[in-house]
Amino acid sequence: MGIIKAAKLGFDYFRYEDDTEEPEATRAIDDVNLEIEAGQFIAILGHNGSGKSTFAKHINALLVPTEGTLWVDNMDTSDEEDVWKIRQKAGMVFQNPDNQIIGNVVEEDVGFGPENMGVPTEEIWKRVDESLAATGMIAYRTQSPNKLSGGQKQRVAIAGVMAMQPECIVLDEPTAMLDPNGRKEVLRAVRELNEKKGVTVILITHYMEEVVFADNVFVMDEGRIVMQGTPREIFSQVEKLKELRLDVPQVTLLAYELRKSGVDLPEGILTTEELVNALCQ
Amino acid sequence: MIRDITLGQYYPADSILHRLDPRVKFVGTIAYIISLFLFRSWGYVLGALFLGAMILLSRVPFKFIVKGLKSIMMLLAITMFFNIIFTPGEPVFQIWKIKITAEGLSFAAKMAIRLVFLIIGSSLMTLTTTPNQLTDAMESLMGPLKKLHVPVHEIAMMMSIALRFIPILLEETDKIMKAQMARGADFESGNLIQKVKNMVPLLVPLFISAFRRANDLALAMEARCYHGGEGRTQMKPLQYHNRDYAAYGVLIVYLIISVVLRVLGF
Repeated sequence: MGIIKAAKLGFDYFRYEDDTEEPEATRAIDDVNLEIEAGQFIAILGHNGSGKSTFAKHINALLVPTEGTLWVDNMDTSDEEDVWKIRQKAGMVFQNPDNQIIGNVVEEDVGFGPENMGVPTEEIWKRVDESLAATGMIAYRTQSPNKLSGGQKQRVAIAGVMAMQPECIVLDEPTAMLDPNGRKEVLRAVRELNEKKGVTVILITHYMEEVVFADNVFVMDEGRIVMQGTPREIFSQVEKLKELRLDVPQVTLLAYELRKSGVDLPEGILTTEELVNALCQ
Repeated sequence: MIRDITLGQYYPADSILHRLDPRVKFVGTIAYIISLFLFRSWGYVLGALFLGAMILLSRVPFKFIVKGLKSIMMLLAITMFFNIIFTPGEPVFQIWKIKITAEGLSFAAKMAIRLVFLIIGSSLMTLTTTPNQLTDAMESLMGPLKKLHVPVHEIAMMMSIALRFIPILLEETDKIMKAQMARGADFESGNLIQKVKNMVPLLVPLFISAFRRANDLALAMEARCYHGGEGRTQMKPLQYHNRDYAAYGVLIVYLIISVVLRVLGF
């Protein structure tokens, strides 16, 4: 069994109107079945309101399914006793870098997670050093987070999760509020963690360019998983992606248009290099 | 303009006072304030000497400390004025119906010295201690209150989060002000009441964003296993060193001398 497994997962948001007694239910996740193997780099795509963030919060047991079950490392997330263990196994990085940094100094923020877990002081320092080094933020350790750029803040947040030594890290649109440079910084840090430390990464995003490196991609729409496969498989279905109001990377789109007009190209080209190579052949 | 406001005005330097345990400095400040209320006349010389020694030890430029006094000048002037006018006693001279008495003058002088020393003394603490150390000190010193079910850890956590969000919310206020100014809002003209009224439209967006941030932060904290102070370890636990015990010794001696002076009537 994989590190994360969802079976017939469903979740309703309830909206309570002032006068009506019956709450209005909105289906945010509908019949999601998936399994994620340890060590993989997974991307979940979807436009706004597709249920991808709601799903992310389930992995961290911040939300509990109203239907079906979700297992994180064989622990049922709806089991209250295991909540803290699950949150330690599956760390989470949020969208807004400002709203998730708790400490007034970078290193103190990274130490916040281990402090909560009751890790002894010396071990905390060791973990803080390691995770700051892994995200390349060691030079900023004594600075105030307010003085960092968006990308740097997000890397501090990632370091903060890494210090809890999770097996899996969920990133909920970590680059949505960053400039292109910050976006690159964060993605590089995430990929390094996946490759060097073998952490399972679940990247939730609506930027297609970030998905290219994933081992597996899930596309969500209206709470359901509508597409699933390797990036190449997903991006070869340009028409369907357009239907789902998702932007295809420019290179892929160009290759798709060229193919349609009769140029002999393979399906699902993902990077500029690939296109250049294919065209020059 | 709004960003110029500084809170918790820490002055980074490497001095004995900076290195002291924040708990010592906290207790010391309270002891100093108590001593100021013990003195009657010449005791203030001792207070001045002690304060002077501390300022020298702190390596904070005297100018920097005096700057902090500017904000209380108005308060000081008003208290002195009323003390001089309304204290009954032997009139020194009289202008129309207002009697200026010797008691009034001396009382006002004492009041002024007390206030100035009090402000300098406590700002010396905030100048040499980072806000974080202060909250740690408070959590540790208020520890015994936990037995009375006072949520000590939660209060300290709230304070340190508030400190972290002050600059963020100030920046946000600045942004909202600029956005509204771009659409013709006027925050500059009019009298004081008018100005305050003009600020009201700032509050709604600011509150909404503050609540949204609070919600996000709570989620982020829970995601990182925060569940109150129970079973929590500390990354930077407070530890007393020899210099801290020495400082406590100095404080006790100072307090004893102050009490003796009081008993002797100074």
